[in-house]
Amino acid sequence: MANENYAVEVDHVTIRFNMASEKVDNLKEYVIKLIKKQLTFQEFFALQDVSFKVKKGEAWGLIGVNGSGKSTMLKAISGILKPYKGSIKVHGEIAPLIELGAGFDPDLTARENIYLNGTVLGHSKKYMDEHFSEIVDFAELWDFLDTPIKNFSSGMKARLGFSVATMVDPDILICDEVLSVGDFLFQQKCMDRMSNMLSGGTTLLFVSHNVEQVKKLCDHAIWLEKGKVRACGEVNEVCDQYMELAKMNKSKR
Amino acid sequence: MNVWKIRVNLFLKYKDLLYQLVIRDIKLKYRRSFLGYLWSVLNPLFVMIIMTIVFSTMFSNNIENFPVYLFTGRMLFEFTSTSTRQAMRSVTGNAALIKKTYVPKYIFTLAKVTSCMVDLVFSFGALLIVIVATRARVTWTFLLFPLVIIQIYIFCCGLGFFLAAYNVFFRDIQYIYNAVITAWMYLTPIFYPIERLPESVQFVIKGFNPLYYYVAQFRDLVYIGKIPGPRIFWGGWLIAFIMFGVGLFVFIRKQDKFILYI
Repeated sequence: MANENYAVEVDHVTIRFNMASEKVDNLKEYVIKLIKKQLTFQEFFALQDVSFKVKKGEAWGLIGVNGSGKSTMLKAISGILKPYKGSIKVHGEIAPLIELGAGFDPDLTARENIYLNGTVLGHSKKYMDEHFSEIVDFAELWDFLDTPIKNFSSGMKARLGFSVATMVDPDILICDEVLSVGDFLFQQKCMDRMSNMLSGGTTLLFVSHNVEQVKKLCDHAIWLEKGKVRACGEVNEVCDQYMELAKMNKSKR
Repeated sequence: MNVWKIRVNLFLKYKDLLYQLVIRDIKLKYRRSFLGYLWSVLNPLFVMIIMTIVFSTMFSNNIENFPVYLFTGRMLFEFTSTSTRQAMRSVTGNAALIKKTYVPKYIFTLAKVTSCMVDLVFSFGALLIVIVATRARVTWTFLLFPLVIIQIYIFCCGLGFFLAAYNVFFRDIQYIYNAVITAWMYLTPIFYPIERLPESVQFVIKGFNPLYYYVAQFRDLVYIGKIPGPRIFWGGWLIAFIMFGVGLFVFIRKQDKFILYI
């Protein structure tokens, strides 16, 4: 089968949100709006007609300014959001690193949180038992295992989150600006681990504002602007175009 | 058919998450309290003592062994009200997680009802204390209680799904439901005998109050010591499965839109 070669196929995807200002969340507002005939939803398209195909083993960087739909794209690929139009096909297991430690409960200890977060990612308890020491080793947090997470710094939380999420060898790794926290040693460690995964055949989707990081890790890139694809292709080409825009803006000022 | 196979597999994949969430709720509930889990036994006991004093001095009643009568009714009612109320907030309360990773959302609702179920099991300890203290007569039918507990569990899961799904779109449901729960308490024979009510009201309660079916069965087994009649027994199962089906249907139909409203 031809499409077996693809890890992710994004086909003419449009994602629609109702604008927050028009959100009606209680009955009173609903009735008032109904009477005033204001109950028209202002639509907002976070992504419009985006298509691209990622082959197995490729590393793609998603770049663009804030609010251009990068995170929305990743959320749609990981199955959190359903596309309004178009379709997304994913072949293989996804490990989403969209926000590290999203599944952490501040009142639980690190040990309990490792199990909770692991099962949130769909692992079994048995699997977590087997990989427990590996996770703590990577995060270097043996001394704080029985401390509640609320006493952790954001860097420590990120370490733990990254360790739990990347413990698997997923087919597809989705990364959304997770490396912006943590000290440089740990960032280096994370980059190394991702490179290792890449050479092991993992497909990577990577969002970052650090164009250098994207160039270093990825071989392809896609540039989103206001929900539309501005450029798509080989990493250096796309990144250079993107940087040129930044330079132009600077000279305008 | 294929869709259901995928759904079952997905549930099996995440069953350990369900377990972890229930454990979390139980652990956090009494963390840092001195008596810990003992409160799950003591709390219903204290409430029962107060209510017994109130109802046997302020209002006249001629119910035989009022403490056991009251306790059997209140136990089930407390479970229903707490579990559905917590289930209602299960989706909105876990918004942060639902926005960030893909997790089958009904797991959160199930987890809440299940952790309340653990509390219900604890309150059986209190029930035994009440039975011993009042020297109540207990027969072998007591051992059949799991049949009722399973029915009410299925019922509460269904109602929980229904409330959780609608609470995402209309947060007002929380306040409406508070009023419903209060009405429901007075319409369920918890601290009064149903015979005290007018015929017409009795008919409505016996026919349309789901909790009546469970409380009546439970009292038959524990308080009176007889096998429940077929009408309330099969009726109880039927109501449980209908509620579960309706709740799950609504939940699954609405769940893709949750993310846009939480």
